[in-house]
Amino acid sequence: MVLVVLLALASCGGGAPQSLTSSATAPPSGTITVFAASSLTDAFRGVGDELTGRYPGAHFIFNYGSSSTLATQIINGAPADVFASADDPSMKKVADAGLVQGSASVFAANRLHIAVAPGNPKAIASLADLARRDLVVVLAAPSVPAGRYALDALGKAGVALVPASQELDVRAVLNKVALGEADAGIVYVTDVTSAAGRVAGVDIPEQHQVVARYPVATLRDSRRGSLSSLFVEFLLGPDGQRVLASFGFTRP
Amino acid sequence: MTSEPIPRPFAVLAACAAALFLLPLLGLLLRFPWTEAVGALTSPEILTAAGLSLVTSISATALSIVLGVPLAMVYARARFRGLRVVRALTTLPMVLPPVVGGVALLVAFGRRGIVGQFLDSVFGIRIPFTTAAAVLAATFVAMPFLVLTVEAGLRSMDRRYEEAARSLGAGRWMVFRRVTLPLVAPSLYAGAVLCWARALGEFGATITFAGNVPGSTQTLPLAVYLALETRPEAAIALSLVLLLLSLVVLVALRDRYLPTS
Repeated sequence: MVLVVLLALASCGGGAPQSLTSSATAPPSGTITVFAASSLTDAFRGVGDELTGRYPGAHFIFNYGSSSTLATQIINGAPADVFASADDPSMKKVADAGLVQGSASVFAANRLHIAVAPGNPKAIASLADLARRDLVVVLAAPSVPAGRYALDALGKAGVALVPASQELDVRAVLNKVALGEADAGIVYVTDVTSAAGRVAGVDIPEQHQVVARYPVATLRDSRRGSLSSLFVEFLLGPDGQRVLASFGFTRP
Repeated sequence: MTSEPIPRPFAVLAACAAALFLLPLLGLLLRFPWTEAVGALTSPEILTAAGLSLVTSISATALSIVLGVPLAMVYARARFRGLRVVRALTTLPMVLPPVVGGVALLVAFGRRGIVGQFLDSVFGIRIPFTTAAAVLAATFVAMPFLVLTVEAGLRSMDRRYEEAARSLGAGRWMVFRRVTLPLVAPSLYAGAVLCWARALGEFGATITFAGNVPGSTQTLPLAVYLALETRPEAAIALSLVLLLLSLVVLVALRDRYLPTS
């Protein structure tokens, strides 16, 4: 009885039932849910707008979070159609659970940046500066991709640092810097781009740089397989790459 | 006591309501990692988080008693313009999403906050990312539970005992300590336990205002959230422990929430 009620409610979650694209000629329509790394927040809003502009019947619901949290949610049965992760391990967790349709493709790359207050009042020039005692530095938690990448970069630069806080995802790091609670944080280049005006970015030289690779996959339990594939193909194609590039992502 | 007949649709809906609460509990029990639980629960980071949770929740409760009892007294007995508005505003955290509370605390006590910038520039005190911030966040969300409970106790007590004590020459402080406080003790006890339980479960305001710092702001709920990503069995074990703790709170307050017949 309860199950019936819950299933009825759950099926309402994806919006009103809409016709599935059954043939290649019919325009894609329906609603799919995309689980995406929080660093993709702005870029995917752009991707979604572009796709909905082309196919008015197609709608995209985005659920952003740290890739590791999203992977856990998918493995525990969250109704996702597409998963876009900020690292391979999170995608591998989902693939190992047998939930990926086909295989994952890397669709974007991202570099690390040091986010600082606009105008860089504390004159932060390098990763080594982050160890200065007068600075409040926040990182993402080590269980989150951005946190692990940040530790890798600090390791390459030989910098030992105790962060003031280990935030739950990379957007939380960005926000702590934007609010002025932290003097610096290690985020992605794309985060600095999307928060332009509220934070400034300090480049990290090539030898200390860690490149984040973003794999995407459609999920086995997707009930809108063709629309999910369309979303992934768009990301991998030239138009999707153009949108991603405009938000600061690079080609994989 | 005999059971009255319950209309069938009501019985079905009531069963659904009960299942909503019982199924997650059942899930935790069925998935409880018995073999790994001891190891998961005694790992250094969990023990650190547990110790910190005890410190912050008890500190928040103590702070709530020291500040909240006088506030309850004002609400129960004082009359001035704007009292109702102030009372409503201080009760707000009970219904406010905790993350909003965290943002509000940041703009007040953060480094650039309206109070925080003076604390930083004049005294060199920075609250965010410290245990003090975790205590402040917990107090912010939990104190209203104590204030409302104690206020209700003060309103329902028999004032004649205070008047009698006063007429016999007792000073105000003596009356409060020897007459008022013992009379509202049950409310104070219930309010303190509720406040402590709410402080112990605090997540949203803490992560927003105090951040996630192992050893100084990473309390048990934050540890559960992070553990779910890397060590799900630890998260489940911890969840059941916190659930049992909540059950103890409920039993301790049974006179209030579990009326017998």
